[in-house]
Amino acid sequence: MAISERRKFLLKTAKAAAAATVGGLVWGVIANESKASPLALRPPGAVDDFLQTCIRCGLCVNECPYHTLSLAKIGENVAYGTPYFVARDIPCYMCEDIPCTATCPSGALDIKSLLNEKEEFDINKSQMGVAVVDHNNCIAYWGIQCDACYRVCPLMDVAITQEYRRNERTGKHAFLTPMVHSDACTGCGMCEHACITSKASIIVLPREVALGKAGTNYIKGWENEDERRLIDVSTDVTTQTDRSEKRVSDYLNNSDLFDE
Amino acid sequence: MNKFRYLIARRIVQVLILVLFIGANIYGWKILEGNLSASFLLGTVPLADPFAVIQMFTAGATIAFDVALGAVIVSIFYAIFGGRAFCSWVCPINIISDGASWFRKILRIDEVEHRKYLGRNARYWMMGVALLLSFVMGVAAFEMISPVSIVHRGIIFGFGLGWGVIALIFIFDLFLVRHGWCSHLCPLGGFYSLVGSNSIFRVKYDVDKCSSCMNCVSICPEKQVLNMVTKMSSFVDNGECTLCARCIEVCNDDALNFSIKSFISKEK
Repeated sequence: MAISERRKFLLKTAKAAAAATVGGLVWGVIANESKASPLALRPPGAVDDFLQTCIRCGLCVNECPYHTLSLAKIGENVAYGTPYFVARDIPCYMCEDIPCTATCPSGALDIKSLLNEKEEFDINKSQMGVAVVDHNNCIAYWGIQCDACYRVCPLMDVAITQEYRRNERTGKHAFLTPMVHSDACTGCGMCEHACITSKASIIVLPREVALGKAGTNYIKGWENEDERRLIDVSTDVTTQTDRSEKRVSDYLNNSDLFDE
Repeated sequence: MNKFRYLIARRIVQVLILVLFIGANIYGWKILEGNLSASFLLGTVPLADPFAVIQMFTAGATIAFDVALGAVIVSIFYAIFGGRAFCSWVCPINIISDGASWFRKILRIDEVEHRKYLGRNARYWMMGVALLLSFVMGVAAFEMISPVSIVHRGIIFGFGLGWGVIALIFIFDLFLVRHGWCSHLCPLGGFYSLVGSNSIFRVKYDVDKCSSCMNCVSICPEKQVLNMVTKMSSFVDNGECTLCARCIEVCNDDALNFSIKSFISKEK
């Protein structure tokens, strides 16, 4: 049988499509792997969809006067080419003019999120991460006097406070232990950098990794503002059980509640 | 020297751009800051890789004004003047690819085998897959694996294991396909081929002067663009021409030269 032009064309298209599929799958796996780097600390003002928005130009890295930021290299397990910092090596020193965020051309670092009520740059509004203390290895919790992280914190007595507690073991000393307040902590990492234990006992983690979320089942009834979290919550009950047919007051008053 | 005048000029431009980027990173020069993905020229004019911006847009990112304007500026420049000159005058991979091609010549690999493993349209498939993957995964997919990004970013900001990519491209181009990455696979090259296909700055071929020695075709990394050679005088119109000017340099008959093609009249 003669091989027609049509057959040739179909075969060629099928081959190209097959190659594109195979290549695309491998490519997708590689790219997806490199996307997963949940522990990297980003520059101040990083938006939620940072990986999507960052064009990886390195302008923020150029601007950083302390060489805090670097672009992720291959093999560093951070999404390739994106800016990040390792607080234990060089923390963010909280420049007042926030040059890294101000220079970002792609909107991945949003300077508007760091403006205060007077429309001035306010580095203290940044949320790069949150400090977490390892109570078992922090020597202040052993009762040995250390306040390195507390003293170095740019928001001393706000982001890190000292808690005083009696040391029952000696009977005449006090524990002076650091306590992080996640609502104020910016994640600059100066505490992790300053920590005197051989591996830092206070470390900075990305907020979405370290922080919990109460959800809408619990509300601080004593705070008017907190009720706002309920504004968009649906009140429809979607769970249907046998009891749903009766009113609550009916089945709670029924004596055989436990016999069902 | 005359045989390499454009090659030397290209290397100077390629290295100069990298030196300016490195100077901005290390010494804070304000001439060209950033890298090939996005940068500021003289501290004010934004420039951005239009293909990266399109991928980001496909991935669903909100495109900020600076990179959008930068991408438009770069696109307009190449669409009107530059054609696909990015590939041979700016991209650092070009040096690797040309190096491998030179070694192929020394080792006489092309004389031993002529098999073609890979079509030149593969780059347009790569482009399509890049956009599809960007859409599906929600990140700029080619930017994740782009050897172009890895190499220029590596030179400016440090390599890590990125050296492997240079080796990979060199080996691929040397042993598997001549100009395998740049002229067959690279979706960025495919993108600039499309963007620059109507640019005015072109190589022009004159059949009357030509002695049909075919030096130009044998040196050309995109041989298909010289299909008019020995047949008729015309501009090298194909957008896949990278304006590397190797054909002009190797021509002993002055049959090939740079020329300006009128945008409107489409003279032949």
